[in-house]
Amino acid sequence: MEMRHELFRDRTAIGAVAEQIRKTSRKPIRLMEVCGGHTLAIHKFGLRSLLPGTIELLSGPGCPVCVSSQQYLDGCVELSRFGEVIIATYGDLIRVPASASSLEKERGRGGDIRVVYSVMEALTMAEENPGRKVVFLGIGFETTAPASAYAAFVAQSVKRDNFFLYSAHKLMPPALRALADESLKIDGFIAPGHVSSVTGTEIYRFLPEEYGKGVAVSGFEPLDVMQSILLLVRQFESGKPAVENQYTRVVRPEGNRKAQQLLATVFEPADEQWRGLGTIPQSGLQLKNEFEAYDARKHFTISTSTWKEPEGCICGEILKGLKTPRQCPLFNTSCTPDNPVGACMVSTEGSCAITYKYHFT
Amino acid sequence: MEEPRIRLAHGGGGSLMNNLIRNHFIRRFGDPVLAGQTDSAVLELPGNRIALTTDSYVVDPIFFPGGDIGKLAVCGTLNDLAVSGACPLYLCVSFILEEGLLISDLERIIGSMAATAEEAGVPIVAGDTKVVPKGRGDKVFITTTGIGTIPEEFTAVGSGINVNPGDRILINGAPGEHGIAVLLQRESFRLHSPVESDCANLYPLIREVLEACPDVHFMRDATRGGIATVLCELAGMRNAGVELDEDAIPVNRTVADACELLGFDPLYIANEGKAIFVLPEASAAKALRAMRNHPLGRQSAVIGCITEGHPGKVILNTSFGGQRWIDYLTGEQLPRIC
Repeated sequence: MEMRHELFRDRTAIGAVAEQIRKTSRKPIRLMEVCGGHTLAIHKFGLRSLLPGTIELLSGPGCPVCVSSQQYLDGCVELSRFGEVIIATYGDLIRVPASASSLEKERGRGGDIRVVYSVMEALTMAEENPGRKVVFLGIGFETTAPASAYAAFVAQSVKRDNFFLYSAHKLMPPALRALADESLKIDGFIAPGHVSSVTGTEIYRFLPEEYGKGVAVSGFEPLDVMQSILLLVRQFESGKPAVENQYTRVVRPEGNRKAQQLLATVFEPADEQWRGLGTIPQSGLQLKNEFEAYDARKHFTISTSTWKEPEGCICGEILKGLKTPRQCPLFNTSCTPDNPVGACMVSTEGSCAITYKYHFT
Repeated sequence: MEEPRIRLAHGGGGSLMNNLIRNHFIRRFGDPVLAGQTDSAVLELPGNRIALTTDSYVVDPIFFPGGDIGKLAVCGTLNDLAVSGACPLYLCVSFILEEGLLISDLERIIGSMAATAEEAGVPIVAGDTKVVPKGRGDKVFITTTGIGTIPEEFTAVGSGINVNPGDRILINGAPGEHGIAVLLQRESFRLHSPVESDCANLYPLIREVLEACPDVHFMRDATRGGIATVLCELAGMRNAGVELDEDAIPVNRTVADACELLGFDPLYIANEGKAIFVLPEASAAKALRAMRNHPLGRQSAVIGCITEGHPGKVILNTSFGGQRWIDYLTGEQLPRIC
C-alpha cells in the first residue's frame, strides 16, 4: 500500500489555491459538498478559515449512514432478532439509533452482529456457518453497491444459499435532481469522487444543462477540495456552469464499466426512502428477480409499520443544506455522539458528528 | 496424536490442576515464594509508601506482532506502577483459561511472561488459575496485580497536582502502534510494512527521566483511548488547559496510513509502550535528551504545553494553522464505510 496524501495536504500549494479563490470570487456563492467525506475534509483541515466570506459551504446528503431511513434501521434490528441470523455490517451502522433500539443494543442483548470491512467477509462467514443465515446490510451509493452486487453474483454462482443482502443501496443522481428540483439556493455541487469513479462524470450533465448549476467532481484531500471550489467559483463568476473533473487521478469520464455492468446485472432501480428527504423515485437499488433467493427482503418477514422519525431532529433540513447542525435544537443538548438522536450524529461522515468533533467552542 | 488442550479438570483442584501449576507456572516463573504454594505470598518491602495496581487483559488475538497477551499483562502492570513514580517489586498473576486452549499456547504465553518479568527483575510471587467451559471465555484472560514502593519525591506524579501553565508535554514516540498492530492482525489486513505493537516495560526509561529530572509533574501511560484520553483526563483532573501541536506529534507512517484507510484517529489508538510526561519548561529539554538516549524513546518529542486559557479542555493546533478540540472518544472507534 502506497499513499502519498501529504502531496495533497501541502500548505503552500493549498495557500496558493486559496489566494486564487480570493482573487476570483466576487459574488456570494453557495456550494454544496455532496459527500460526507468532503464535509470531513473541510472541517478536519479547517478549510473554511482559508475561504473568503463570499463562499458558503453546505453539507449534502452523501453520508450513507445518515440517509438510511428509520424504516430500514428498524428492519436491521428486526433481522438481528431472528435466532438463526448473523448480521454482517460496516461498522458505522452499529450505533445508529432505530425507532426503539440499535444494533449496538441488540448485540448487548445477544444478537449476533459482526463488523466486516468488506461484503466478501460476509460471504466467507456464510460459508463457515452453514447452519446460520448471514445477512449483509448493504448501504451506500454507487461506491459500495458494486461490491454488494459482486457478492450476490458470487453467492449465486457457488449456491451459497445462507447469504442474504438487505439492500438500502442508493443512487446519487436522483437525489441531486431532487435537491435541484426543490429550488434550494445552491449554485454549485462539489460532487463525490468515489461515486464518480464508478459512474463517470456524465451523470451530472443535467445539473448545468437543466438547472444551470455547476459541478466539480472532487477528491477528498484538502488540496482536492480547494481546487474544486476554485473551479466552481470560476464557473459561477463567468456564468458558465459545467461539469468539471478535478479528481482525474481516479475518475474517468466513462467511469468503471465493469462495475456498472455488475450493478446492471444484479440490481434494478426502485423507489427508495431517504432519511430526511423522503421517498425519491428510482433512487434505490433492489435485487433483480434472478437474485431474489439472496434478497433478505424476500426471504424474511420484516414488519415495516411502526417506524417513526425521532422528534425534533432536523436531519432532513441539514441533509438538504437548508440548516446547519448548530441550528438544531437537539444539537449538543439531547443529541451528542454518546447519545445520538439521529444518524448524522453517529457516522464519522455525518455533518452533526463532524461539527461536534471538530468545532472549537 | 491430538495436541493437548486445557480441560475443565485443569481447574478442578485435582491432580491435573496440580500438574499444571507445578509443571507450567512454577517451573516457568521459578520464584521461590511462588514455589512455596502457600495461600499468601509473604513479602518484605524496602519502604512503606506502597503503590498497588491491578489490570485485566482480554486481547484478541492473543498473539500479535510485537508481543502477546502474556507480555502485555506483565508490561501493562509494570507501566502502571512506573508512571506512578513507583519502583515495581512484585507481581501476582491470575488466569482464566477457556476449556480447549492449546497447552502449547499457554506455555508460550507463560514463557513470554516469565521472560518479561525476569528482564524487568520483578518476580511473580503469587497466582491463581480457573478454567471456564468452552464458549464461556475467550481462550485466556489474565489479571496481573503489581506492588511497588514510591520514593517520597515522586508521590505527586500520578495525580499531577503540581502541573502548572507553561509546563511542557512530552511523549516517548509515535502513538498508535499497539492498537493498529492488534487490529491488523485480528482482521487479517495485509499492509506493505507490518506494524509491531510497542508493548514494552517502560520502567527503565522512566527511571532515566526521573533521575535526570526529578521535577517531573505528571506521567501516565497512554493505553486504551490513546494519548487523547490521557490528556483529556489530565485537563479534567487539574482543570488545566492542554494545547497540542499536530506537527510535533511523531508519526509512524504505516499507522498513519492504516488510520487513513479505516477512518481512525491515531491520537485515540491504544499504546502499550508510550507514556505522556509533563515537566516544567526549564526541564523539558533535559528530559527529552534522557528519553531520546533510551531505546524506548528514540522518537521522543515535545508535543504541547499546559495553558492558562481554556481550562479543562484539550486543543490541537492543526498543521493547517487551525484549531480543533480533542474530547473523550465516544463509544468505540468503528471503521467507516467508504
